Amino acid sequence: MDLLIQIIFGLLSALVIGAAMMVVTVRNVIHAALWLIASFFGVAALYLLLEAEFIAVVQVLVYVGAISILILFAIMLTRSNEGDRLLTKYWWASALIALGLFGVAFLPTFTGTTWNMPQPTGPAGTPEVLSGVEELGRGFVSEFVLHFEIAGVLLTVALIGAIVIAFEERSRRRRVLTLAEELELRKRRQAAESVD
Amino acid sequence: MTRAIPLEAVLVVAAALFCIGLFGALSRRNLIGVLMGIELMLNSANINLVAFWRYLEPRFITGPTFAIFVITVAAAEAAVGLAMIIAIYRSWNTVNADSVDSLKG
Repeated sequence: MDLLIQIIFGLLSALVIGAAMMVVTVRNVIHAALWLIASFFGVAALYLLLEAEFIAVVQVLVYVGAISILILFAIMLTRSNEGDRLLTKYWWASALIALGLFGVAFLPTFTGTTWNMPQPTGPAGTPEVLSGVEELGRGFVSEFVLHFEIAGVLLTVALIGAIVIAFEERSRRRRVLTLAEELELRKRRQAAESVD
Repeated sequence: MTRAIPLEAVLVVAAALFCIGLFGALSRRNLIGVLMGIELMLNSANINLVAFWRYLEPRFITGPTFAIFVITVAAAEAAVGLAMIIAIYRSWNTVNADSVDSLKG
């Protein structure tokens, strides 16, 4: 049983890390968004493995269902001509920073940190399936009610702000070209360039 | 689960995800790619929160509560960030981070 869980954990972490690597390295932005969805799914499965079922469902609903669709819409609204370079000029510096940070986080995790872990005491240490959801709901209306209200206000403000920022007046709106018109335009441009 | 896999393994996965997200956020030219890197970083923070709750304090529900708040803030951030990217695309006609440099001295 332990071995099975370890194998599943290894596969899931390979999926999460590999998909995240693809997100930052692949050239096509739409492919990057699809790899991002794969990574989100892997993280949701990790939550299931960690026995946080409610968080796993919320992850699938919010990240896979909402945020990735938002990102895909934004990609399609900003028809990007990225040019020849994928990364910025000083990408090696940020790679060094990321690697250094990983080293700084990696070494002390294994050397010299005692995690003050409670001893596993049989069934008392393992919660039942979905045991925390009732407590979670109770917490939202009693202990964390202020945080809950603030999160609601934040979401409302973000909604209104997003609409205001992305709003375009009718008089300034230009017509979005269809794919055929875009191809025609590109052909005409190429013809003009070849004449030059 | 807590017997089969040590806490350190989960933490290392989260750290690797965070560093990959940081690299993406710092070095992608496409603004949407930058936002994707930030989403990866927020996800890794969530993994840490849930892992510490599960391994160290499974009786207190504070860890998952905090993770849900992080997800809420991530959703708000994605909505506003993508709206800003669309607004930038309208006025500059580009989504490359290093083309939007009118503040450069």
